Amino acid sequence: MSVVDWVSAALVLIGAFFFLAGTAGLLRFPDVYTRLHALTKADNAGLGFVVLGLSLQAGSVDVVLKLFLIWLLVLAAGATAAHLVAGEALRGGIRPWKKP
Amino acid sequence: MTVPGFLFDALLAAALPLLAWRAISARELFAGVVVFISFGLLVALAWVRLGAPDIALAEAAIGAGLTGALFLNTIGRLNTSGSEETDERGEPAERRSKLARALVAPATLGLGLALAWSLLSLPEPPVGLGERVGEAIPRSGVSHPVTAVLLNFRSYDTLLEVGVLLLAIVAVWALRLPRYRREEDPGPARAPVLAGLVRLLAPVMVLVTCYLLWAGTTLPGGAFQAGAVLGALGVLLLLANMLDLPAGHGGALRLGLAVGFGVFIAVGAAALLAGRVFLDYPPQMTYGLILLVEAVLTLSIGLTLAALFYAAPPEDER
Repeated sequence: MSVVDWVSAALVLIGAFFFLAGTAGLLRFPDVYTRLHALTKADNAGLGFVVLGLSLQAGSVDVVLKLFLIWLLVLAAGATAAHLVAGEALRGGIRPWKKP
Repeated sequence: MTVPGFLFDALLAAALPLLAWRAISARELFAGVVVFISFGLLVALAWVRLGAPDIALAEAAIGAGLTGALFLNTIGRLNTSGSEETDERGEPAERRSKLARALVAPATLGLGLALAWSLLSLPEPPVGLGERVGEAIPRSGVSHPVTAVLLNFRSYDTLLEVGVLLLAIVAVWALRLPRYRREEDPGPARAPVLAGLVRLLAPVMVLVTCYLLWAGTTLPGGAFQAGAVLGALGVLLLLANMLDLPAGHGGALRLGLAVGFGVFIAVGAAALLAGRVFLDYPPQMTYGLILLVEAVLTLSIGLTLAALFYAAPPEDER
């Protein structure tokens, strides 16, 4: 394995860690807002690191551009979905969790 | 197969029946639909692992995405319209569902047994349809085998599938469901953010639609996948309140819904008139005809999926 492969593997693993942490947050956090926070972190940062890692393995520039386009689309869609869910929850009367 | 690959497939194979069970046994409809969508995405992943990207794309876009949106839409309508009915008749509904289960269970079991039997009684060695398709590819006018099968060798099946889609929208419109009014419930901060996302996504989705349609002759893709992306764009536009049914009879919409099926039949009938078999394209025109049929099918499939989501028929203001 070359240095590029090692860096690539490390980046993908960092991304996987974000997904793992996000999933743990989704399962363990107390209310819908904190869970959304965990979930969007996983999507944004986790997928970002995975895309970075995969970009190093991509053979051509257009594959790299496609990977980053996917990341940007997921960023926009994830942020909007989180915003919609949180807005709907707030209007539905769910109070944000406070430390008891 | 590599060890990680085997582990991944084993996990996938274990997760699919579990999710399927969770989807039908969920107490709440909403939870069931959410599990159903995850099930659809994992099925798409399974198709990828089986080396069938065409079906994976169709499953992810239609099976998980648009069907999920239709289910969620239905739940939304159930919650707003029929709440007083379900509250008072909770007990009979439970009994009714037990009766329904008792009726559905033997039928499902029978189907499962029939499928298992047909799998076990497959001829040895299996019929190599793939090889025969490969041999016939040069005569099909396209180079992607799935498109060759769908639009040429077995175009009759595809024609009937498109007919079923058209029938579905006719049947839904015949129910004369009321218009889904989002104006009554304008979320204060919802509209601008969603509208911004749709403005960002719309050009990309149109581009992807054209790409999938164009790539379909040589690569995975084609009318169904392209139509699904177009339909998803329609659903987004409807959700963001940026698109509404045209006032009046909706003649252009009706034409758009029917044009795919109509042109497909016309192309088939033209072959008949030219002294060939129905849908047997003349060899020198095959590529052009397939592309024409796929283009109109994409439009019709996209419109049909969005219209199914909207559900209400266009009405004359009288």
